[in-house]
Amino acid sequence: MPQTKLRILVAKPGLDGHDRGAKIVARALRDAGHEVIYTGLHQTPEQIVNAAIQEDVDAVSLSILSGAHNTLFPAVIDLLTAKGASDIPVFGGGIIPEEDIPFLKSKGVKEIFTPGARLDDIISWVEGNIQTH
Amino acid sequence: MSESLQPNPSHALTNLAAGVLKGDVRSAARLMRRLDDQQIDAEHALRELYPHTGKAWLIGITGSPGAGKSTLTSRLIGAFRKAGKTVGVVAIDPTSPFSGGAILGDRIRMQAYENDPGVFIRSCATRGAMGGLSQSTSNVVRVLDAFGKDVILIETVGVGQDEVEIVSAAHTTLVITVPGMGDDIQAIKAGILEIADLFVVNKADRDGADRTVRDLEVMLEMNYKMAEGWLPPVLKTVAPKGEGIEELMTAMQRHREQLIATGGIEKFNRERIKRELNAALRYRLAEAAKAQMASAGGEDALIDRIITGSTDPYSLAETLAAGITSTK
Repeated sequence: MPQTKLRILVAKPGLDGHDRGAKIVARALRDAGHEVIYTGLHQTPEQIVNAAIQEDVDAVSLSILSGAHNTLFPAVIDLLTAKGASDIPVFGGGIIPEEDIPFLKSKGVKEIFTPGARLDDIISWVEGNIQTH
Repeated sequence: MSESLQPNPSHALTNLAAGVLKGDVRSAARLMRRLDDQQIDAEHALRELYPHTGKAWLIGITGSPGAGKSTLTSRLIGAFRKAGKTVGVVAIDPTSPFSGGAILGDRIRMQAYENDPGVFIRSCATRGAMGGLSQSTSNVVRVLDAFGKDVILIETVGVGQDEVEIVSAAHTTLVITVPGMGDDIQAIKAGILEIADLFVVNKADRDGADRTVRDLEVMLEMNYKMAEGWLPPVLKTVAPKGEGIEELMTAMQRHREQLIATGGIEKFNRERIKRELNAALRYRLAEAAKAQMASAGGEDALIDRIITGSTDPYSLAETLAAGITSTK
């Protein structure tokens, strides 16, 4: 059990058809002692940001399989900023090519976990890099 | 952590209460978090908010897992919004007893309202509390109340005898069940009959719905207490289709009117305040006890002393307790 219990939003923006990967990460976070707010499929950036603010989450994680990551990640980050919540870090994963990662990070995404990332690594990263305010 | 992070004075604790009263969502959310994490200084903000609470209609929604509570809650949000009311929702899911973590997924069924500024949805984990609510549920509800929500829906984990706490947390309690589940009878034996102000048979398009309604009605009549003057009605709904929602709203409104007419609101308030006062006091005493043990060398050292036979738990407790009262 971790020292601090984090609250992490696991969101599926856009048109992805399934959420198997997101659920695996959600369960891993729960098993590591954290609270995961899981909002289901087909979320718009607006829904995600509203949920993040209402739930006072420590981080937003996006799972994107559809290829729309270069649009969706910045959209969420920009909306968080517009709503005065730019202090909420955003990370994520899914089907994201390595060559897109620098762009995403330049837009403010803290980390991207591609398929094959080990759950242990994801959890350690979260516990090492995400804090409660 | 984030380059654009400016120290934000509106989220300093002293300003959270002001933020809540002004309708700032983030202030309210942040305060709820602090209360959930049992940070004692968050209670100071709550003190400022307390006089602004007591206006909201509190509705508890409970029942076995799989009964469709979240979908029904979503329908009720819609009905209240259509009636021009603002809605707060506290959705409670169980904390894993093994890891201490939780997956809070009730929002999935309420996606339609995530962009509605009149609706504030908050997910809470039980965090080891046994009554179906979390220890901070009452405080989170007070924040939503002060925030100005007309109606607050409290959706709890339904596992049989644990729902009893919802009764003292809500003016009107709904118990949701589904037709044909063999453990309906189990749930009924466990005292669920007593806590319901209204019974809802959801998924009423399934076989056996009418029989389930009749069975419940018979049992409720046998349980009917003349003094309370309210025989809980049994309603049928098919939440995903929105069927039966209007009738449910009407029945809930009747319950509210009856509560007001019979002085039930005052009685409820007394019970609620009694719970809050005792919880706040117990929390402080528990913290003071922990501090005493720490200043006496720590819990492990105290246990060692008992094991070596130099004292016993009872004498030690007496000494420690005396230490608490003398420092006050």
